[in-house]
Amino acid sequence: MEPNMMLHAAQAVAAIGLLGTVLGVVLGVAARYLSAPVDDRAEAVVAILPGSNCAQCGFAGCKQAAAAIVEGRAAPNVCPPGGASTAQRVAELIGVRLAVDGADTALPTVAWVDEERCIGCTRCIRKCASDAIVGAIKQMHTVLPEACYACGLCEIECPTKAIVMKPVMPTLATWHWPKPASKRPVATG
Amino acid sequence: MLFQVRGGVKLSYRKELSSESPIVRMPTPKRVCVPLQQHVGSPAEPVVEVGQWVGKGQLIGRAGRGISANVHASTSGTVIAIEDRMAPHPSGLTQPTVVIEADGKDRWAELAQPVTADFPLPVTPKELSERVAAAGIVGLGGAAFPSAVKLDMRYKHSIDTLVINGAECEPYITCDDRLMREAASEVIDGVRIMAYALAVQHVIIAIEANKPKAVKAMREAAKVDHSIRVVTVPTRFPMGSAQHLLLAVTGRETPADKRTAEVGAVVHNVATARAVSSAIRRGEPLISRVVTVSGFGVREPANVEVPLGTSVEDLLAFCGGLHPVPTLLIGGGPMMGATLPSVHAPVVKGTCGVLALTASEINDGPQSPCIRCGKCVTACPAGLVPVEMAQLIRRGDLQGAKAIGSQDCIACGSCSFICPSHIPLAHYFSFANGKLGDLDRDARRQDRIRSLIQARNERTAREAEIKKAASAARKAAKAAAAALATAAATADATEATSSLLEEST
Repeated sequence: MEPNMMLHAAQAVAAIGLLGTVLGVVLGVAARYLSAPVDDRAEAVVAILPGSNCAQCGFAGCKQAAAAIVEGRAAPNVCPPGGASTAQRVAELIGVRLAVDGADTALPTVAWVDEERCIGCTRCIRKCASDAIVGAIKQMHTVLPEACYACGLCEIECPTKAIVMKPVMPTLATWHWPKPASKRPVATG
Repeated sequence: MLFQVRGGVKLSYRKELSSESPIVRMPTPKRVCVPLQQHVGSPAEPVVEVGQWVGKGQLIGRAGRGISANVHASTSGTVIAIEDRMAPHPSGLTQPTVVIEADGKDRWAELAQPVTADFPLPVTPKELSERVAAAGIVGLGGAAFPSAVKLDMRYKHSIDTLVINGAECEPYITCDDRLMREAASEVIDGVRIMAYALAVQHVIIAIEANKPKAVKAMREAAKVDHSIRVVTVPTRFPMGSAQHLLLAVTGRETPADKRTAEVGAVVHNVATARAVSSAIRRGEPLISRVVTVSGFGVREPANVEVPLGTSVEDLLAFCGGLHPVPTLLIGGGPMMGATLPSVHAPVVKGTCGVLALTASEINDGPQSPCIRCGKCVTACPAGLVPVEMAQLIRRGDLQGAKAIGSQDCIACGSCSFICPSHIPLAHYFSFANGKLGDLDRDARRQDRIRSLIQARNERTAREAEIKKAASAARKAAKAAAAALATAAATADATEATSSLLEEST
């Protein structure tokens, strides 16, 4: 009886061991070749967003906003300083069509320093994510409009309310015809 | 041998309003407002000061960076202002302008040395294109592209053909027709100068069939040079588009978003040729041009040689003023021109016409739904599908419209003209292409700003690291000092104990 039992035990161990090995290999192969793709669009969206974490979108930063956009909790045009072009790029990336109307989009803005009010405290400079403000302590500050993307952090930070966001007016080089009215009123006598 | 051109429309031309009026030279107005940007590219930089006297033909704006053109005073007088004035542009926006109060003497400034020798010219092609650039000559057909840049195309592409555009396919406009009839030899001289500058083997002057007198005059004048061919092309809009004219006379099709130079040809307007002749033979820069003033709203339609910077108001007054009926003022032709914001806008290098159109001349019915007749598709000379593109744009899908070629639209307006439902198709494309341009510009700006933000983030991270390292070093130094102190203390203590032990033993 004794040796027989030993044999049975050995068989059981071998069978379970074999089963485990086979299943392990199957699982390993499946994990490698049949795995669900990881959603890495959030990272791609982060690369498109400005990356200054200004929080105007209502999320803590660009990373959180990107995650929300990918999960559908936020619209692709959630980033105000990113503007229309960023919205279009994000929409394209996540496969959403964003209508461009032309009528409802507000004019882009840039920060502007009121020289009467600026006291040269450099607080705005320390806040500016794109190094768009030039100045030093007790010296007049000024905004480089080319580098400003209107995140508005400086406007909040300024202790004397010397910074305001001003609309960028169209020039001959940037003006274009507005969208035609879909129904023109019939001319009357 | 002519080649088939796709699309296009047949128009009623109404050229008879002004085609038999010889070119008249307008007396210099009291004041001229010369904009510093009358050309494609960057604006010219002013080189005169307020209060300064300038001679006729004196340089007042030097060509800016990249593609640009010089600007000259169109009469002698005093510069009374350099300020933003209304541009001849439908937006009504302003642009930097030099305002000259004329002294009435029209005294020439010192001009460039003329080249009077016969062909072959004793100057190099490079020198010729430099002189053309110095004279501020731009394409006078309406596009206002700097001509010298086109003459220099031979250094980038191999050019074998010069096509001279005398098609003048826009209704009403007759300035080129008159110029070819009245100044054929000057035009031919300019053509020969440009052919020499480009070193081309073939020169083709293309004129639409509705201008037989111009064809005759040009054939006569062209006898001096056997390499010049004068050909008649069918009267069909938009035959005057450079790409379409080139296709019609040579069979070469210019790829989308490419210039004709890429297929070995350069296209210049007849008025440009005449301006080149004046610049080389007499040293005169481009300070006036022939403008057709026409339309049922004008009392005396005419072809007028106008000093650049003259206000449309002065020009209309010279033509007897307007009839007392509501009119639409257009700068350029009725198909591709644009509404003028006011009569105070100046005449510039690209203004080939000033039209005052009455209601009877404008096909402006109320818009109705698209019936999908496909007429716009047949008419489109660029081979596009206007109906489809307009629908996408109306829904806000600009990317979709771009994907089916909205940016290849040449803005000729044939589709809008032919549409039985009065759908403003060309207007949709102008909007979409302008908006797409906006988005492109904005995207480039965002990219630049993102790299600035990244640079700042990296810099602050680096600074934080340095600070951290410094404070760690400080801490380590402190710790080391403390350790040393304790070690010394223990050493002292051991010494003391050992001495005590020693003492006790």
